[in-house]
Amino acid sequence: MNDTTAPQVSLFVTCLADLMRPSVAFAALRLLEQAGCEVSVPTEQTCCGQPGYNSGEFASAIPLAKRTIELFEHAEYVVAPSGSCAGMIAHHYPRLLEGAWRERALALAEKTWELTSFLTDVVKLDTAPAHPTALPPITYHDSCAGLREMGVREQPRQLLKTLCDVEVAEMHQSDVCCGFGGTFCAKMPGISAQMADDKLASAAATEAAILTGGDLGCLLNLAGRARREGLAIEVRHVAEILSGDLYGPAIGEGDH
Amino acid sequence: MENHSELFYALSHDALSDGPEVKRRAAMAQFLPLMRDMAMDEFGAFEELRQHVKRVRQHTLDNLDYYLARFELEATNNGNQVHFASDGAELNSIVLDICQQHNARRVAKGKSMVTEETGLNHYLERGGLDVVETDLGEYIVQQAGETPSHIVGPALHKSRESIRDLFLEKHALGERELNEPADIVAEARRVLRETFLTADVGIIGANALVADTGYSMLVTNEGNGDLCANLPSVLIVCTTLDRLLPRGEDASAMQRLLVRSATGQPQTCYTSFYSGPRREDDSDGPLETHIVLLDNERTDILASDYREVLQCIRCGACMNHCPIFAAVGGHSYGSVYPGPVGSVLTPLLSSLEQAEALPNACTSCGRCAEVCPADIPLPDLLRDLRHDLSEQKVTPRRWRFGMRLHAFVAARPGLYRALTNLGFGLLARLGRKKGSFQHLPLAGGWTSARDFPAPQGKTFMAQYQARQAIDE
Ligand code: SF4
Repeated sequence: MNDTTAPQVSLFVTCLADLMRPSVAFAALRLLEQAGCEVSVPTEQTCCGQPGYNSGEFASAIPLAKRTIELFEHAEYVVAPSGSCAGMIAHHYPRLLEGAWRERALALAEKTWELTSFLTDVVKLDTAPAHPTALPPITYHDSCAGLREMGVREQPRQLLKTLCDVEVAEMHQSDVCCGFGGTFCAKMPGISAQMADDKLASAAATEAAILTGGDLGCLLNLAGRARREGLAIEVRHVAEILSGDLYGPAIGEGDH
Repeated sequence: MENHSELFYALSHDALSDGPEVKRRAAMAQFLPLMRDMAMDEFGAFEELRQHVKRVRQHTLDNLDYYLARFELEATNNGNQVHFASDGAELNSIVLDICQQHNARRVAKGKSMVTEETGLNHYLERGGLDVVETDLGEYIVQQAGETPSHIVGPALHKSRESIRDLFLEKHALGERELNEPADIVAEARRVLRETFLTADVGIIGANALVADTGYSMLVTNEGNGDLCANLPSVLIVCTTLDRLLPRGEDASAMQRLLVRSATGQPQTCYTSFYSGPRREDDSDGPLETHIVLLDNERTDILASDYREVLQCIRCGACMNHCPIFAAVGGHSYGSVYPGPVGSVLTPLLSSLEQAEALPNACTSCGRCAEVCPADIPLPDLLRDLRHDLSEQKVTPRRWRFGMRLHAFVAARPGLYRALTNLGFGLLARLGRKKGSFQHLPLAGGWTSARDFPAPQGKTFMAQYQARQAIDE
């Protein structure tokens, strides 16, 4: 494709998608292309610096923030299949940097989007992918950064409705943290597990077969806890569901 | 109250394994946000009022010298004696002195977090005084020999059954069994009435100090503050100097936010302004009134990067909405101020070393900041404290080193790809069958509570670059 009017999107893959679940990034690629975007993937990208930043290791996060700015600031749009990485760029880079770098961070922030909100609010994707069978009931966890830093709430629900013809089975307190919190889950595993259990209990009460959300961090936490507790619920990233990629193992599931 | 926030890990661990308590806390965590949300929806203009009150608070803090001087002048003109205490010990000794000058034997106290902060009750008791808390929740925790677990609901952690058992044990009840909540309340009221009538000194806190009139404002739901303030012949108001506001209307604007945020009510049952001692034609009121203004690190905080925390109006909404507070309860924090705002304040009032766990007891989920009526960026302040912890090398070396190593590798894409392709490729092969690992070296924090999902296969970048190569 070489359409000059097509939105030019640089995909921010996110390190968790890159390392743990590439299908999320491929799903994002497909969805963006379906929406008529011309997508590029800067291959020098690694990590947005969030682990260091949230641990208070600002000196570790700053060089990574500057690298990301350099790699992405020439894009028309930057899209990430993660509210928390998008939030890191849009919300926290300007806080972390000073002077001219801060200006560049602010300019980048302007054009940085979380995937589902980009698909609904910017390019207005409404062509349905082929879903040969009706989807099972799905419940949605609102990840904190996506919700509070990037304003993602209705967008994934709307996409699930229009693209997949599925209505989200809303869980109680879907907007309360699942206990992931980056290094928090490793520093305070007991509290984190309690929070994940609360979330999983809310999800189970909806009788949904799939628990989805827009952030791999939360989903890895929830899937890991569900596996530990022997719960049957499947955990998948919303981009995978939206792009029709539902047939491989869910997060944490084996290759049966 | 003694600070033992260094025990956070141990206390929270115990709290998590206390079955019935976990259920009660979960129920509160559902109920309190609901009340607050309903009140805010009904009110409508939350954001405007919040920004207004925030500006007023910031303005007052920016000009604290001026407003303090003004307040002192007006309050003195009203007949109050105004005292300044630089730390908790000084506040305690000022209060004991006043009590001793009047040969007081019994003190009736309204609810006050500041005197919890200074440990005033024990100090007065050691000085031979009988001190009775008159807020119902405070009275209950006092009887139980405990400390408040929440700044608005001090006895939030106690079940009705445990309160009944406590009264059965501590009060001479005869045949009465206190089976209904109303009976429990009536029993407390009986004891507290006696206290109000026999106390020589009343001690209350203040939600706001009004600079241009020299009045102090107190909101309560039980009216006990008014009885403490008006029945004993001596009144002592204890608060911190950051409670100042320029005018009465600022206090009332703040109060509208405070009450809705705290309990979801549009108003508390009692909002009172105290001007000073009884005047000649007054029929009641104290004969002598004192106001003790505590600093205890506040002026240092004001001069620091953490000054926004002084905007706090002590509504408790941040703790009601914090999932970590809900999971572990207020006592786990080991300090007077629990929850998100406490995790900012406690290290500043004590030390980073002692309170090291608290800034880390946060997932940066942002729910506290979303509801905070004073618009304090609590997660940002907590993250800044983590930064201080790291700078001052309080953070364990392995964490600091790990983050630096991560950044070193992530800044070098060639190295990053080589290492991640190797490591995650191996993990993917090992984990393909089962899909996740129960144990993983170097990920003990993660796998102590959950399985580690196996990577799917080759990294995205490896797959993507291979595809690009084919396309070309
Ligand atoms: S920090 Fe904000 S939400 Fe928490 S108690 Fe203070 S004013 Fe209320």
